[in-house]
Order: sequence, then structure tokens, then C-alpha cells
Amino acid sequence: MVHVHNLTKRYGSLVAVENLSFRLDRGDVLGFLGPNGAGKTTTMRIITGYMPPTKGTVHIEGVDIFDNPLQAKKMIGYLPETPPLYLDMTVDEYLDFVADIKQVKRKEKKSRIFYVLEKCGLSDVRKRIIGHLSKGYRQRVGIAQALVNNPSVLILDEPTIGLDPLQIIEIRDLIKSLSGERTVILSTHILPEVTMICSKVVIINEGKMVLEESLDYLSEGLRNSGSLLLRVRQNGEGVKEKIMSVKGVSGVKPGSSGEFVITPSEGVEIREELVRLVVENDLGLLELRPLVSTLEEVFMKAISSEGN
Amino acid sequence: MKAFYTIVKRELRSYFASPLAYIILVVFQVISARFFFLYLQGFLQFQFDPSYQLQTGELNLNNLVVLPYFGTISIVLLLIVPLITMRLIADEKKNYTAELLFTSPVRIRTIVFGKFTASLILLIIMLLLSSINIFVLMVHGNPDFGAVFSGYIGLFLLGASFLSVGIFASSLTENQLIAAVISFGVLLLLWLVGALSDAESSVLGYISVINHYEDFSKGLIELKDVVYYLSLIFLGLFLTYTSLESERWR
Repeated sequence: MVHVHNLTKRYGSLVAVENLSFRLDRGDVLGFLGPNGAGKTTTMRIITGYMPPTKGTVHIEGVDIFDNPLQAKKMIGYLPETPPLYLDMTVDEYLDFVADIKQVKRKEKKSRIFYVLEKCGLSDVRKRIIGHLSKGYRQRVGIAQALVNNPSVLILDEPTIGLDPLQIIEIRDLIKSLSGERTVILSTHILPEVTMICSKVVIINEGKMVLEESLDYLSEGLRNSGSLLLRVRQNGEGVKEKIMSVKGVSGVKPGSSGEFVITPSEGVEIREELVRLVVENDLGLLELRPLVSTLEEVFMKAISSEGN
Repeated sequence: MKAFYTIVKRELRSYFASPLAYIILVVFQVISARFFFLYLQGFLQFQFDPSYQLQTGELNLNNLVVLPYFGTISIVLLLIVPLITMRLIADEKKNYTAELLFTSPVRIRTIVFGKFTASLILLIIMLLLSSINIFVLMVHGNPDFGAVFSGYIGLFLLGASFLSVGIFASSLTENQLIAAVISFGVLLLLWLVGALSDAESSVLGYISVINHYEDFSKGLIELKDVVYYLSLIFLGLFLTYTSLESERWR
């Protein structure tokens, strides 16, 4: 459980994060979105206790990260934007060090290291020096490092950045399999990633929260934008008027090369009527589909409306 | 305690996994041994020089070999300590591993003290290696053991003070070279600031690191000198802690 309350961080006169509040329960996977410099990394650094906030509180499983850092930090696994690796150590040595410094119990250490090596697909390279590994493997070592203390809160700052498509899919599957009994916060630029992994979305811009939504609700909203896209071969005069004449159509916007964006009245199903019209007038149906607004559009809308 | 031990272990591993520690130890040993040989040669020549025969009180192994040998070691330490400490914290910042350390359930003072202890162990190894020459001298001659012992205590305190200044310099930057230059500059200044006055007579003389070493090399362990070095060590480590802590607030 992560509870962020009224978080504010100022660097001199620059406000990096302003009055940010959200609450995550066990099993939540939060997608943390925002343009570059929106304050994502700053927020994550405050949550992990790397830097103190100017104002506000963060509670990890009910423990205040600022008042009781040693106890709270034991429950956190954190992958910073650049994985914090000692390039002169082998994967084994490094994970052993991280387990020790995160105070994993001696009895559990060996099995934890074995578990994360397996889970992150590192078993084959465990004896290799980290400096000799490829970027994808280094990223995995970074994730393994965040998992080694079996954290109940996992914080990942752009975990799939710089990986090839296959590795991205693997890491996504990994993150999905890790949620469940954990709370996960991940920041990313890749919007489809959020749709794939996350159960909740927070969008921030210039340090302020502009949208907080559960993803089920969000994608429901995305699908039901209601507009239809119709494309026909005959693009002559009067087609628009004919479409307007269909019962239930409240707006038609002609696009290029025979495309029309059609807005029906609220709750009216017009597709059958539309098709009948097209066929009867021999307009040559090429395409008819619901217009789904993507997360990109929601993102852009959220950010630009904030700007106004 | 376990975290402290973990930090020390990793730092030592890091020293000895790279050639750096070995190069430092070899350079240190070669230079100090070369000078030891020169001083010993000088001593042997003086023995047969008629003009020195009248000053038998002055003509002994301590004054002519051990004392200048320790003096040489202190100068070599001045040159080498910045190389030992330069990476300690600067490197953590550069490799982003500082983010791992400072989000781990470890206190900052444990991190600082762990790193200091690791560099201290390297210093002890250096001093032990240098004692091989003294050991040979003990077998074939009879230098005053008390003065040798107090001289080593002094060298240890001197070196430890250098290390704490070096760690502070390393905490100020993420560039190892800059850290080395800063610590060398500060140490040289601390050395030269009172070089012409002695410790009793002036403030600058008291501040100077090397003035406090002289008593040790003569066989005296004085409380004021020990307090001076311990204060300098504490100051260096405290400033390191403060610099790391204040960085979080920026």
C-alpha cells in the first residue's frame, strides 16, 4: 500500500511537484505518465526516500518514509532510470551485495537470489561481469536488484527504455507476473504499455496531477466515444446530405478521400441504417468502424486542457 | 553493523578487483624502499667519516635512517592518499549507484564510515609493507623501538587524517580527477600553511598537519597531537556526511 499525500517539491523557485496525492492498494499497478520534465522521476525519488519532499507525506504500508526511513525502505524495491550497477562486479556478487545492504535475512538470501536470477532470465550470465553485459541484460540486473529483498512496493522508472522489442515483451510479462501481491508504480513514455500492464493511470504535467483513473474505467470511456468512421468510393455532391438524412445522425464531418466522421445522437444505433443507405445509393462501401480514441488522445487532451 | 560490514567488504573488493590497489601498493613500496636504502647508505658512510666521530650522540639509526624514512613515507602518503580516496563517493554518483545506496535501509553515516574504514585498511596494509624495511633494520641493528612504534602511530593518524579529507573531496563531485585535485590541494595547503612556524607558537603552526607529526617521530605520543588528528578525522567525515545529506535537500 502506498499513500502519497499533498506532495510538493520545490527546487528554489522551481516547482517540480505540486500537491500530488494518490493512494494505491495491494495489487494495483500504477502507470505514471507525463511529458519529459513533468516531475515523474522526482516523485519516485521522494517515494523511495532518496530525497525529502518540501511538503507532504508518503506512507509505505503505513510507515512514513521520512520519519522512519530504515523501516520503510526495507519494503521498497526501486529501479532508477539508470540501473545502479557496479560494473566491476559479477551478477552474483552484485545481487549478494544488494541483498546484504537491503538486509535480506541470511537464511533467505540464497533462495531470493536464485529466485530473481530465474525470474529475470539471468541464470546463464550470473558469473559474468556486469560491465561486459549488453544493455538489455543490465536492465534485467537492475530489475533483479529491485526484487531481491522481496519488496511489497515496487517502483520502476521507465523499465523498458532502451530494450529491443523482444526484451520489452519479456519485461512486460515479468512485471505483470510480479504484480498481484505487490503494489507496483511504473513510469513510462510508451502509452500502449500502460494499457497492457497497468490497472490505474496517473497523468501529471508540470508537477500537477491532471488525470487519475482506473484503467478499466478509462478504456471503457475510450471505446464509447461513439463516433463512426465511414469510407465510401463515391464521393460526389450530396453524399453528406444523404447521410444527414439518416435518422439519429446528429453530425457529419467529411474528411479526405470519401471519409466521413459521423456522430450519432446519444444512445442511438445507426449502423444498420447507414449501411442500408450506402447500399441503396450504390455509394460503394469501403469501411465502417467505430472511432476508438487512444490513450494518446486522452493523454494529449489531459495535458493540453491543463495548459489552457 | 551488518550494513557497515557489507560496505567495507564491497569497497575492499573494488580496490583489489582493479589494478589500482596493487599499483598504489607497489609504487608506495618501491619509492619508500629506495629512500630507505639511500638513508641506510648515508648512515654507513657517516660511520667512517672522521668529522662525525665526535658527535656519537647524534650518530644513530633513529636519527639517520628511521626518522628520514618516516618523513619520506609521510610525503608519499600526501601524494598517494588522494588517489586512494578519489573514487570512494564520486564514483557512486557517476554510476548512479548512489541512488541504490541512499534508497537502501542504511544510514548515511554508516556508508561514510564504511568507506573510510575500507580506505583505512588499505593504509594499514601500506604501513605494514613499509615496516619490512624497519624489521630488517631491527635484525641487523638496534634502533630505538619506542620511537619506531610512536612513529608508526603518528603515520597512521596522519594517513587517516589525509583519508578523511580525501573522502570529503570525493563527496563534492562526481569526477574522480577533480576529487583527487581538490584533496591534494587541501592537503598540501594544510601541510605548508605552518611549515615555517612550529606548533606551539602560532595558529597557522597549529593548523599545519605535519607539525603535529614531529613529536611522534621523536618518540613522543602527546595528547594534544592525538587530539589534533582525531579532530581532523572527525571534521573530514562530518563534512562528508553533511555534504551528502545536504545534497538530498537540494
